[in-house]
Amino acid sequence: MHCRKCKLNAVINMRHHKLALCGEHYADWFVAQTERAIEKYKMFTRDEPVLVAVSGGKDSLALWEVLLKLGYRADAMYMGLGINDGVPYSDQSLEKTLKFAEPFGTVVVNGKVTTQSSRNAETPALASGASVASQTAPAITHTPTLHLIDIPDTYGKTIPEIAREKTRGHGKPCAACGLTKRYVMNRLAAERGYAALATGHNLDDEVAVLMQNTLRWQTGFLARQAPVLPAMSNRFARKVKPFVRFYERETAAYALVRGIDYIYDECPHAVGNLTNFYKTLLNQLEAHSPGTKLSFYLEFLRARRDGLFTQFNEAGSLHECESCGQPTSAPGRCAFCRMWDIGADRADAPLLAADIPLAADLNGG
Amino acid sequence: MEITFREKKWELKGNITARDAIKKIGLEPEAVLVVVNGELKTDDALLKEEDQVKLIAVISGGAG
Repeated sequence: MHCRKCKLNAVINMRHHKLALCGEHYADWFVAQTERAIEKYKMFTRDEPVLVAVSGGKDSLALWEVLLKLGYRADAMYMGLGINDGVPYSDQSLEKTLKFAEPFGTVVVNGKVTTQSSRNAETPALASGASVASQTAPAITHTPTLHLIDIPDTYGKTIPEIAREKTRGHGKPCAACGLTKRYVMNRLAAERGYAALATGHNLDDEVAVLMQNTLRWQTGFLARQAPVLPAMSNRFARKVKPFVRFYERETAAYALVRGIDYIYDECPHAVGNLTNFYKTLLNQLEAHSPGTKLSFYLEFLRARRDGLFTQFNEAGSLHECESCGQPTSAPGRCAFCRMWDIGADRADAPLLAADIPLAADLNGG
Repeated sequence: MEITFREKKWELKGNITARDAIKKIGLEPEAVLVVVNGELKTDDALLKEEDQVKLIAVISGGAG
């Protein structure tokens, strides 16, 4: 199969777009499509600092790379979860993340700068190597910062430990992990002045969740599933998903084409989970009928935009957690403070963002 | 050709497309990318006896 643009051998055939491309033209297409999604859904502008949640996986590292390539003021945060029982998964994830970021970024661990990059260092977006759309890449306007937040250091326990202690999630730490990640990511982005929190969710992630929520008619969740969730207060960061229109195989292919060294393995606790089961089912549908996943998602967004789920949006019922002040729908303390035993009397509760520099300081205003 | 996927290995004989090879070993073509002798290929690529084929799971990574 040949590239539609140059007739070299194609590296990917996107049946749902009827488009096959070589490595160079695929990288160009991928970057252009990302920018198109950012603009279409009004995610953020080049004047706004953006915090990318990175994990060492293909989606998040590719997202940070693409945003820098496009000239956005993108910093990143990595959360050490302490998932090292059996397989040193967190250690490997951190290693991949540091390997990606250290050549060009400043690394800040729990608020303290450990690695200061040179402003002249090449970002991966501009480095030589695999196909690069560098002709149109603008100059990097800031030194990207990677914030490392270590959960065991901050809260005293690893995610598997707190999950076992609290017996959340029926023997799996995924519920405790998700809750902690959502809380910490939101708090860091909102309190340190980032205009948006960007995650690497791809279309397969979204349709798997959509399928789960549809099969159970979880209308409240359906009402809140979108490429952009606006900031409802200064404590709630805007959440954006610039890769939301890419199939998972497309983000993986981009990472391979660009030589991004990411962690191939799944989180050991995610193996066999329900989301992956739905992804497998959806891939079988896709193989039979190319475009199924894309149309499922885009038609859902259209229905959502037309107001099908508006009556189920429960955002109005939020109040401040009496312990940490974060928005919550639970009475009294939020689910995070209850899980981590952060009480209302604990004024010095780990305020993870307190020592972390403001985005404006990192980005020169 | 030798096909690897995560910790597993297969030996397949004869010329065969990557897509057919993936199905033959019981995987879903939508769920993997095909790297032949170090190069990313589309799944219609014809595999030869001497090829080293690495399949990369599309679902992967990212927890921290």
